[in-house]
Amino acid sequence: MNKSGVFWGRIFQTRIAVILILVVFAMWTVFPIWHVFKLSVGKSDLFFSSNLTLLPTELSLDSYRKLFLETPFLHWMINSLIITASVTITGLFLAALAGYGFSRFKFRWRKSLLFGMIATQMFPVTLILLPLIVILVKLNLSDTFFALSAAYSALVLPFCIWQMKTYYDTVPRSMEEAAWIDGSSHWVTFYKIVLPQITPALAIIGLFSFITAWGEIMMAAVLVQDPDLFTLPLGLKSILSGNPADIGVFAAGAVVVTLPVILLFILLNRMLISGFAPAGFHTFKKTTENE
Amino acid sequence: MKNHHPIQIKSEKVAIWFVAPALIVTSAVILIPFLYNLVISFSDMNLVTFYRWNMIGFTNYSDILFDSGFWYLLFKTVLWTGLNLFVLVSGGIFLAVLLNQKIPGSIFFKILFILPWVVPQYLTALVWKGIFNYESGSVNTFLLKLNLDPVMWLGSEWGSFWATLVTNVWLSLPFMIVVVLAGLQTIPKNLYEAAELDGAGFWFMFRRITLPLLKPVLIPAIILSGIWTFNNLNVIWLVTDGGFPSDQSHILVSWVYKAGLSSFRIGYAAAYGIIIMLVLLFFSWQYIKKSKTLETIFE
Repeated sequence: MNKSGVFWGRIFQTRIAVILILVVFAMWTVFPIWHVFKLSVGKSDLFFSSNLTLLPTELSLDSYRKLFLETPFLHWMINSLIITASVTITGLFLAALAGYGFSRFKFRWRKSLLFGMIATQMFPVTLILLPLIVILVKLNLSDTFFALSAAYSALVLPFCIWQMKTYYDTVPRSMEEAAWIDGSSHWVTFYKIVLPQITPALAIIGLFSFITAWGEIMMAAVLVQDPDLFTLPLGLKSILSGNPADIGVFAAGAVVVTLPVILLFILLNRMLISGFAPAGFHTFKKTTENE
Repeated sequence: MKNHHPIQIKSEKVAIWFVAPALIVTSAVILIPFLYNLVISFSDMNLVTFYRWNMIGFTNYSDILFDSGFWYLLFKTVLWTGLNLFVLVSGGIFLAVLLNQKIPGSIFFKILFILPWVVPQYLTALVWKGIFNYESGSVNTFLLKLNLDPVMWLGSEWGSFWATLVTNVWLSLPFMIVVVLAGLQTIPKNLYEAAELDGAGFWFMFRRITLPLLKPVLIPAIILSGIWTFNNLNVIWLVTDGGFPSDQSHILVSWVYKAGLSSFRIGYAAAYGIIIMLVLLFFSWQYIKKSKTLETIFE
């Protein structure tokens, strides 16, 4: 009995230590985000004020009022929503198909194409951006939603395809084979039998596409010049470059921009942790209980 | 249990319909510009010669390779990538292992730790820029409270190096944590139980069970993070305001972005981009060959 008392005492101590370490790291993680929140509800117009206090001295929602009434924030948000939605849908649709093709079929160039997908990640953005602008100008497509959505889609596709491919690899083929034997076509098999099994992977690449399109600024800054087409990142940046005193409005915008992503993340959280696992894992998880 | 091998169907025609749409979009936006880029990398295109540029052969390439500035930037970029990866991988494993313990509120911690990935990068990069501000930034305020001298974080070459490093680790750690956490779930619990019965300690189990079984998850993640870090334009550009002070804080990518899109030395920047790509291809190819993991993924 004495022995088990010591044992539980040690477990208790390590747990306290673990929680303490986690709390310290959590403070480091949250500090910059909290900083933004503090600026958005405070009255301070100091440029990134220096005090280390946790709460602003005076609470005020003035920045939020200005954000919605005095800037085209809602307009930027609609622009961003249009682009993000089209990128996410394109990414999901194309990657779900291509990942399946790469996972299930043998064809010429298969390995080279798969490696080519990784290789696209090695191009510095400028490598694509410079010629892309020249081409877009010649096609009269510069400064359009279409150009930006297409560029973002290509930006997210390689990662999405790889993620989908590794996921399909772990889905047992027996059900598809059974369906084929019963005379079902490749397409019907794909969307009736395979698709329902891969929702976790779809959640990941959906979130990945969403986050990328929602927050990207370097490409947008080059591809979009017309203020009417500004996305949220461009718009918020323009608030910041306009007048240093608008820092509170910028912070308020940052908070509003972040909320939908956090919400989406919490909704998808359970799927995500299981969906990021690599090849060979999902079959494991079905047999070993976790969490 | 492993389903690595695709069914051997001789139906290339079906495969084309699945793969083609994605390939068309990717090649329209990436491959065609890339080829075009390859062509202009041999030209003297800039703002003046934009419409009547000439082919000048390998002049851009030799200009870059014989410039000691390039080798210095390459050294700095490799150092930046190496340091980032070291902190990211060890920190990611450390935190993920802690999060994987049975502790109250671990879901709460998971959400907090993943926040930096979820908040748009350009926002947090700008916040970090404020935090490292010389006069009013939190870091220097904190140093002053400890009676230490404030540091010129963003006003000196190595000051901004460390500032951007901290920012990038903050931004990229969540991805690593998520990947490692997912990998930890794949390790069957009975392995630990068996090892415990044999009297193995925590360290032994970590070295002999956790690390080896994490490898298949870790290596693709390390390759991807390595490439992303090497090519990380956002953090450098936004935190240092495009290379401040006087272009001393650049790594390779940000220097190219500056040369191409601010100074419009288009041919020169194109050649630079190709060289960066070749460097990355070389590094990742070596790494892939050594770790041999992609072979199983390719199947």
